[in-house]
Amino acid sequence: MSKLRTHLIAAAALGLATALSPNALMAAPPGRPALPGDSVYQLDARLTDQAGRRFIWAEQRGKPQVVVMFYTGCKFICPTIIDTVLDLDRKLGPADRPRLGVLLISLDPQHDDPGALKATADKRGLDLTRWRLAQPRATDVRAIAGLLGVRYRPLNDGEINHTGVLVLLDAEGRVAARSEQTGGAVEAQFLTRVRAVLAAR
Amino acid sequence: MKLSRKLQGLALLIASAGAGVAAHVAGHAAAHVTDHAAEPARTDRRAPAARYAAVPGATFSSALKYDDSASGVRVAPFRLMTLPVTNAEYLAFVQRQPQWRRDRVAGVFAESRYLSHWAGPTQLGANALPQQPVVWVSWFAANAYCKAQGARLPTWSEWEWAAAADGQRADARSDPAWRERILAWYSSPSTRGLARVGMQASNVHGLRDLHGLVWEWTEDFSAMLVSSDNREQGDPDRLKFCGAGALSVNDRDNYAVLMRVALLSSLGAADATANLGFRCAR
Repeated sequence: MSKLRTHLIAAAALGLATALSPNALMAAPPGRPALPGDSVYQLDARLTDQAGRRFIWAEQRGKPQVVVMFYTGCKFICPTIIDTVLDLDRKLGPADRPRLGVLLISLDPQHDDPGALKATADKRGLDLTRWRLAQPRATDVRAIAGLLGVRYRPLNDGEINHTGVLVLLDAEGRVAARSEQTGGAVEAQFLTRVRAVLAAR
Repeated sequence: MKLSRKLQGLALLIASAGAGVAAHVAGHAAAHVTDHAAEPARTDRRAPAARYAAVPGATFSSALKYDDSASGVRVAPFRLMTLPVTNAEYLAFVQRQPQWRRDRVAGVFAESRYLSHWAGPTQLGANALPQQPVVWVSWFAANAYCKAQGARLPTWSEWEWAAAADGQRADARSDPAWRERILAWYSSPSTRGLARVGMQASNVHGLRDLHGLVWEWTEDFSAMLVSSDNREQGDPDRLKFCGAGALSVNDRDNYAVLMRVALLSSLGAADATANLGFRCAR
């Protein structure tokens, strides 16, 4: 009985996941060109977002993204990294803004579960129709960071030293620009690149 | 270009840290004794199953100084491959997992020089003998290889601790003779081609070739946080990054280890070089 119920729940969850992301279960969906070799979506990274939804990184394909690595317990640079992306959002304006996705990937998956991610999203008033905060698998963090050119080191006290980087991915997941200026105001050149990538679509 | 600039900056750091290195290096080129007698014949051209040796856990003083590790770095017991991964072993891997062949690998995981010294995507050839350590491999490739063995890359701390040993002691680093043997390697020309793995004596853990053959990837190579901006501001002793944390040097005379740090901190995860290989841990 309870086993049957588990199965039904699993089936429902699968159906929901499939409805939300039709390409999730197919490596190369028919009618879609193969992923370029220089796309970060080549990495089979599994993530869970602030709403508890599981997804594969490559599902973000199709829409340019700004990707940032951070962690919710970070007191020093992470808040200003988020400020910098919010500044980018503001400067993009209402026409361009909806066409850009934002993905914040945690460097601290042990602590940053969906609840912690949701709390940060709420506290910062992030637009969750376009922003996604994600908990990766612990074993994927170093590889994701490698693709994004983020260097980090966990400290004994639970803090994580890391480089602050905004990475712009085009719709195919290729790195189109990077900005290490994360003090709260977006670098002008990076903004220009974001506009160019959005215009190219 | 960016890489060479970084290396240059670190070379400066290390030159300043390793004062007197030239004197150390001179005249010790033959110091590293090769233990032929103890070495079993390795004539099998097919890759034998990799062997692992146990490395006891320890709290040790790293050559690197971080603000949070003043009381020492703790390493839990682990197992490490006794030898670096060879061309033959790596060939077997790309045959099993063709997505890691040089003609098929996604560019995002390996730069264009990946396995470029092999004769073909699945041929070793004259420049890549079966028992030479594999080089020209990226971190992603090394990581995938170890994962395929049910293993992982060692962390920097694990590697540093394992490599601190000599034939008798787990920590031989304070012995000038240990340092000189390793420095001799840096002073010998690198144009000669790599030796086969396993030609050097085992250390006390049963590990070979941690020094004197190739440099090795570590799982957390990108934890070496070196800010080029900071270097450019002329403060080479304090390698800061990201405000809160800083990497500096505890042991300014441990040139051999600092060279490793210089290399690893300058690399991206898709980079490959002629002298960089790896071994796995578990």
